[in-house]
Amino acid sequence: MPKITFPANFEVLDEIRDLVAQTAYEGGFTEKAIYSLQLAADEAASNIIEHAYEGVTNAAIEMTCEMRGDVIFITMHDTGRSFDPSKVKQPDIHADLSNRQIGGLGIYLMRKLMDEVSYESNSITGNKLTMTKRRG
Amino acid sequence: MEITTQEFKHCDLFKVKGRVDSATAPDFSSALEKANNDGHYKIVIDMSELEYMSSAGFRALLASQRNCKHLGRGELVLVSVPKRIQEALELAGFTELFKTFDNTVAAVGSF
Repeated sequence: MPKITFPANFEVLDEIRDLVAQTAYEGGFTEKAIYSLQLAADEAASNIIEHAYEGVTNAAIEMTCEMRGDVIFITMHDTGRSFDPSKVKQPDIHADLSNRQIGGLGIYLMRKLMDEVSYESNSITGNKLTMTKRRG
Repeated sequence: MEITTQEFKHCDLFKVKGRVDSATAPDFSSALEKANNDGHYKIVIDMSELEYMSSAGFRALLASQRNCKHLGRGELVLVSVPKRIQEALELAGFTELFKTFDNTVAAVGSF
């Protein structure tokens, strides 16, 4: 699977969503599932750009997106600050307006929309996020 | 993303088209903040031509709703929310924070 390197800025989110949609469409996912996959990939890339690469210029995200059987695998690799989604507190989605948290929502959505979200951090090689979802 | 605004006697109508993500959400936020800064706190968001919205857009809606509802001076309501966006809002628990309407006439008339 070829790796595609995107500059780490929000302008690439359109391309990232297009890549995921194309792979998922060819993989036979429903329109509803394709939207979910696009949203999860967008939230993942947005978090890398906003948090892992906060204050960093000329950074890059290396991405792969492929079908293996009936499962889509989306990976994103960055060399920014490590940011483990599993350690982010889940937002209370039933809190009232004044107590509703602004942060943590993207990761919450990634977990809800995908079957599995895993994160590996290595001080030399960087951070790798892997998300998978099986075709229904 | 493209935003058009229309002022009515009792509320402002915002039509947001295209995609709201981390790249475009700041412009969406700015438009809502400008209305609030002008003293307008009764806001209708027409989503009928919105194709996509990520959590960056949800956060903009949340911040504006807080500002609009502060001191009971107004409210932000949603109109014609596309199915996929509605599902994502439900997943995030946002549907209980916003009244939604099927058409702009009903939404504008609610103020």
